[in-house]
Amino acid sequence: MALLIYELVQQALPAIRAFGAGFLISTNWDPVNNIYGALPFIFGTVVSSLLALLMAVPLSLGIAIYLSQFAPKWLRSPLGFVVELLAAIPSVVYGLWGIFVLAPFLGRTVEPFLSGHLGSIPFFAGPVYGVGLFAASVVLAIMIIPTISAISRESMLNVSRDQKEAAQALGATPWETVKMAVLPLSRPGIIGAVILGLGRALGETMAVTMLIGNSPKISASIFAPAYSIASVIASEFQEVTAGVHMAALIEMALILLVITLMLNLLARLLIQKTGGRALKSRGRS
Amino acid sequence: MNLNLNRDPGEEVRAADPEPETAAATEPSAVEAAPDDALTAPREPEQEPQERGALGRDGELRRHSELHRRSRIIRSDLAHILCALSTLIAMIPLVLILFYVIYQGAGALNLDFITQLPKPVGEPGGGMGNAIVGSLMLMGIAAVIGLPVGVLAGTFLAEFRSPRLSWFVRLLADILSGVPSIIVGVFVYTLLVLTFKQFSALAGGLALGILMLPTVARTTEEMLRMVPDSLREASLALGIPRWRTIISVIIKTAGGGIMTGVMLAIARIAGETAPLLFTALNSRTWPTGIDKPVASLPVQIYQYAISPFDAWHQQAWAGSLVLVLMVLILSVGSKLYFGRKMQRAR
Repeated sequence: MALLIYELVQQALPAIRAFGAGFLISTNWDPVNNIYGALPFIFGTVVSSLLALLMAVPLSLGIAIYLSQFAPKWLRSPLGFVVELLAAIPSVVYGLWGIFVLAPFLGRTVEPFLSGHLGSIPFFAGPVYGVGLFAASVVLAIMIIPTISAISRESMLNVSRDQKEAAQALGATPWETVKMAVLPLSRPGIIGAVILGLGRALGETMAVTMLIGNSPKISASIFAPAYSIASVIASEFQEVTAGVHMAALIEMALILLVITLMLNLLARLLIQKTGGRALKSRGRS
Repeated sequence: MNLNLNRDPGEEVRAADPEPETAAATEPSAVEAAPDDALTAPREPEQEPQERGALGRDGELRRHSELHRRSRIIRSDLAHILCALSTLIAMIPLVLILFYVIYQGAGALNLDFITQLPKPVGEPGGGMGNAIVGSLMLMGIAAVIGLPVGVLAGTFLAEFRSPRLSWFVRLLADILSGVPSIIVGVFVYTLLVLTFKQFSALAGGLALGILMLPTVARTTEEMLRMVPDSLREASLALGIPRWRTIISVIIKTAGGGIMTGVMLAIARIAGETAPLLFTALNSRTWPTGIDKPVASLPVQIYQYAISPFDAWHQQAWAGSLVLVLMVLILSVGSKLYFGRKMQRAR
């Protein structure tokens, strides 16, 4: 682990020296002239992941509540199993499906509809390509649903029966029981699950590379193509010629590593508070 | 909100009507199994006539609380439906993806696909034989690197319980499992590829091995912890040294569980693409040695998917089908196997 960080810092040094803090805020990415700035990539990574969270969190919580509280007993483990299958599918397959099925579908139906009706808001304005930030976020959302729902379900199951029975004895309906007893008590675990999901979305490479459109620009519209840290590493690393280019890419890896490490640390600490034990390493990219 | 109900003056009604919720306290599975029925069915008929008969303010209040109760039940049912709906929605992409992979992949899948080398663009036929072999090879190397370290780390965590150190190791393993796989790829690139100036299967295998470490370590630990202490004590009481106890009693007992964890870990890395892009690279020939670049299924799928050729897209789908089958068989198989084992243990 320490070796990992040391090695990355070592290799990123030329870029750190050359660009300093400007690396983080510069929007220029010009391998031809050896000018590198990371902002568009940080933007793409963060925005696509947040959009994915926006879609995935409500769904995952619904799944977690359903599977831990409402679903009939015989349905629980098969359903849980099927949701976990989603986690087992390799990300390159998600990417493939995204390119040939999801992106054309979004580009033909969903995006024109949104930009037609909400086009006055800059988020939804602009031409639609299918491929872009939005498509990447949708796939990311699908990919992190299993993570978030499995862990928050686990922490909901950990809520002691006494608490639920106390609520029920007060005359609470099933939903009120969830609201009064289950959710407050499992909140740290749920937050931890969401953060882990976010970490996974940030580091996800293949599906995003295949769907985000790969153009280092910052635009207000969520339909525009963008770029993410992981995907620029994936697509440019092989073709690197200049030493500084490689150092810049490695520095980006370092940025991504630092972000995900912090998020993970935070998430683990929160989950430990609810005593969730479901945390083996979940599948990733 | 629910406090209103408790202030309900119709005390005698509630006394006469056995509260389903109180029943739930003694028999929670009944409510969990059929929450709607438990709340609505038994109450309605008993309450209606009594409310009609009640006089003045008392009846007014009771009717009010009845309305309130209904709205709460409706809200609860609504939440129930929403939750079920979100579960359903999450199933849709799964079904769609599996459908497309099977539908598109089955068409292009044939014997040639798994035995032939890829053909250049324009020539029909060809397959991903080398990528399949390469993937298996990479998984093998990863297992050779990742398993011993992972199992040993897990054993350490479970058997030598020094609280502070194992807390730290466990945290490290958890954090390592959260490191994006592409970063592990970059790391191995700088470590091996730059040093030896050569993309190699070994580098790819190392990257995958690092990725499977945390899974293997944590499963091993959990499995070993399930071995009852009485077994340990019995073995130690017989005068068997500790290392011997661990190897021939504890690990043997937990062996099935550990194998399951290992299979799951291998299933997970089988689909990894990102760390292979610049470690194992790719190749269009059969693997020649662990110091040479090799093809692998995920990388091949990726490159075919972003290519502009329809024939290659077909191949990518077929490759996905093979890959998904491989991963699912590994993970579902090991889970089923493990599930049976657990039942027998009980």
